[in-house]
Amino acid sequence: MTLTQRLRRKVQYLAALLANPYLIGFARGTIYQGNAKLVCVPFLNCYSCPGAIFSCPVGAVQAIAGGASYRLSLYVGGLLLAAGSVLGRFICGWLCPFGLIQELLASLSRTKLRLARVLTWPKYAIMVLLVPAVVVWAGATGTAVPLFCKYLCPAGTLEGGIPLVSLDLPLRALTGALFQWKVAVLAAVMIASVFVYRPFCRSLCPLGAFHGLLNGVALVSLNVNRERCTTCGTCSSVCPVDLDLPDRLNDPECIRCLRCLRACPQDAVRFSHRAGRNS
Amino acid sequence: MKARPGWLLLALGLGLTLAGILRGEAWRVLTKAIIICLECIGIG
Repeated sequence: MTLTQRLRRKVQYLAALLANPYLIGFARGTIYQGNAKLVCVPFLNCYSCPGAIFSCPVGAVQAIAGGASYRLSLYVGGLLLAAGSVLGRFICGWLCPFGLIQELLASLSRTKLRLARVLTWPKYAIMVLLVPAVVVWAGATGTAVPLFCKYLCPAGTLEGGIPLVSLDLPLRALTGALFQWKVAVLAAVMIASVFVYRPFCRSLCPLGAFHGLLNGVALVSLNVNRERCTTCGTCSSVCPVDLDLPDRLNDPECIRCLRCLRACPQDAVRFSHRAGRNS
Repeated sequence: MKARPGWLLLALGLGLTLAGILRGEAWRVLTKAIIICLECIGIG
């Protein structure tokens, strides 16, 4: 592992701990109920995780969508826009705990399968339908249900469902077909993570979709010095999300792992921050 | 400094965040987040 990757891994662990420091919740089978949950983090982090002290933006968006007075969350949308316009998918690559978990699973096998580009599209559909689906469901049934969290999100199962069900006997007695379905989804994502790099992030995560759209305009981004680049293809060969580099350097799929930056023998791939300046 | 879309989007994002806070959205998020989300954990 290169110096940059070691640094990135340390930042990922630190972010996971800072977002989930309420470790007493795991011992007691409870969740944090303090005012820090007024704040949403810009990455996937179930607020029913016993350790979580901040709110999950996907859960929050759906909670607002299911409300009576207004459907679109300016607060969460604004937070995600602000964070994404600065960092783009650095958020995914450096901060998201569920991304970290998938990467740790990926280290279990050297075999890595390419993910067809078409399989990266569902996350955009999920992003677009997130709010309307909740609104339509609420209108039809009279109950506001966070559909993504309920039927799809593996982070909620891993970080919230399994710990709480394990620790709370009455809660365990309530598990049924839905819990089995969610565990099956989680298992599928975890198994896939061993053989495909970050499958959930690339295929299904609505936050990855959102932040990815901002990669091209984010204030912190990457660029290539075309005078130094010899098109040797080293950057492409090390890219874990199978991008055709350096042409696709700010592609929505890039999670800013910086392997290309470290691998380039000509030092042609560089950070770009502040308007028009490189470092 | 030449204005870039990133700066404009950042300003827009901060403005929307503030607007959302002023209309009470943060408190709505809090009231949801401090209760175990049974749907999120696969129960309800």
